Amino acid sequence: MNLDLFLQYVVAGITYGTIYGIVAIGFNIIYNTTGIINFAQGEFVMLGGMTAVTLARVLPLPAAILVAVLVTTVVGALIEILFIRWLRHPSVLRMIVITIGLSILIREVALHIWGEGVRALPYFTGTSVTSIRLGGVYISPQVLWVVGISAVVVAILGGFFRYTLLGMQMRACAANRDAARLCGISAKNMVTLSFMLSAGIGALGGCIVSPITYVSYDSGVPLAIKGFTVAILGGLGNSAASAGAGMLLGILESFSVSVLPAAYKDVISVAILLVILFVRPSGLFGSAEVARLKEF
Amino acid sequence: MLRIKNLEAGYGPLKVLRKVSLHIGPGEIVTVIGANGAGKSTFLKTIAGLLGASGGEVLFEKQDIRKLPAERIVSLGCSLVPEGRQLFAPMTVRENLVLGACVQFRRRRDEEVKEDLDRVFVLFPRLKERETQLAGTLSGGEQQMLAIGRALLSRPRMLLLDEPSMGLAPRMVREIFAHIARLRREFGLTILLVEQNARGALAIADRGYVLETGRMILQGPSGDLLLNKDVQRAYLGRSPEEDA
Repeated sequence: MNLDLFLQYVVAGITYGTIYGIVAIGFNIIYNTTGIINFAQGEFVMLGGMTAVTLARVLPLPAAILVAVLVTTVVGALIEILFIRWLRHPSVLRMIVITIGLSILIREVALHIWGEGVRALPYFTGTSVTSIRLGGVYISPQVLWVVGISAVVVAILGGFFRYTLLGMQMRACAANRDAARLCGISAKNMVTLSFMLSAGIGALGGCIVSPITYVSYDSGVPLAIKGFTVAILGGLGNSAASAGAGMLLGILESFSVSVLPAAYKDVISVAILLVILFVRPSGLFGSAEVARLKEF
Repeated sequence: MLRIKNLEAGYGPLKVLRKVSLHIGPGEIVTVIGANGAGKSTFLKTIAGLLGASGGEVLFEKQDIRKLPAERIVSLGCSLVPEGRQLFAPMTVRENLVLGACVQFRRRRDEEVKEDLDRVFVLFPRLKERETQLAGTLSGGEQQMLAIGRALLSRPRMLLLDEPSMGLAPRMVREIFAHIARLRREFGLTILLVEQNARGALAIADRGYVLETGRMILQGPSGDLLLNKDVQRAYLGRSPEEDA
């Protein structure tokens, strides 16, 4: 393998890795405020992509994406308000079953609305064959959009959690729910907000990646599995580590294609997920002590 | 200020509090003493709204707060400093304090929050020194100061304190009790103090109650309780906190 080919694989890996990281961050936001994994996270990504494709027929592309993100955010809020909020003392298992049920429900609704067809948004700039030459590597401009927008989202999210009162309240809820309530913070509203945030971020991820990966009613499932793997790999609840773990998985996958048949690509992530769960459940960057304190 | 009548509470089928009654007038310091497992923490958690009560009445400034959630009760002016501090450990000292002021921000009293921050830093200069440090890295005494400071930032009229002396070195215990007495003088607070350290608590309280297996078995002015034979034998006898 020469250097150019090597770099080409790296670029492909980073593209997919970015999107895995975005999905994983969605998992983490909800995990941090509720302690549960929202297995409908992949469906948020799909909903965002599908809605944007439909809207793009009547609206300019940026407006279509914006509306799609808002619609998915509202769906996220509704899901929390209708199915999670009124539960008094939900066990982790019950929440997991609910979110798995929701993911099936959303998928079926999407199938009825959009059918089985595979769709895609147009490339944001240029077409599928446009490419930019960087050194010896050819990069689709869409890759730059994906990486660039994701980086901006992660930066904004970091600032939100660090510097705004609302972000601090969400972190407080994650750190100590009872203490947050004693400070006058409505833990329930923070949970709703976390569903809205991760739905919105997932939807945005679905929009920016759809020109490259396409989107269909069931495209959320593999993304959720990859995102979940990445979240576990980085250590649940740690968004910065998720971004790194996403890159790692993306690059591993992309190199696996050079040695294994392409059909094995998905096997890689599931294999990694299992190995991590067996060997180091706290994740690559997590501490084992913290993991022991978590409910699961 | 606070009047509790026949309060019953517990965890599911397990009844911890049985017909507990208590009252506190404005500006009073009242303490509830009792052994481990007597139901002291359950009592405060129920008043603060973290636990649901199964019967009785909790009147705060004549309003029944028994069924209100914890976050509403804080905004009415009754703030709990919970057992074991319960700080936001991965956040800085300053962030912890600012979060205590959530109800103030909601009232659009941003100016008062700034004043209150300064007052808390005057009261606990050590918190000022550690402003940017993570709360989880503080010593036990500093954590207790931060927990009290955080509660003060909601501008409460009444403070509920759950075992503030727990796990602290004797010198720090004395310091914390002295601070609690100052809170009434300087902040005009009414204080309900729950303690295992009966001697220290009765020394700063006006009146005291004795809670035993979920019932109030005794009450009276602190001086009387300190002289009471039963209290002396059960709570003031040879105990590790004696020299506190």
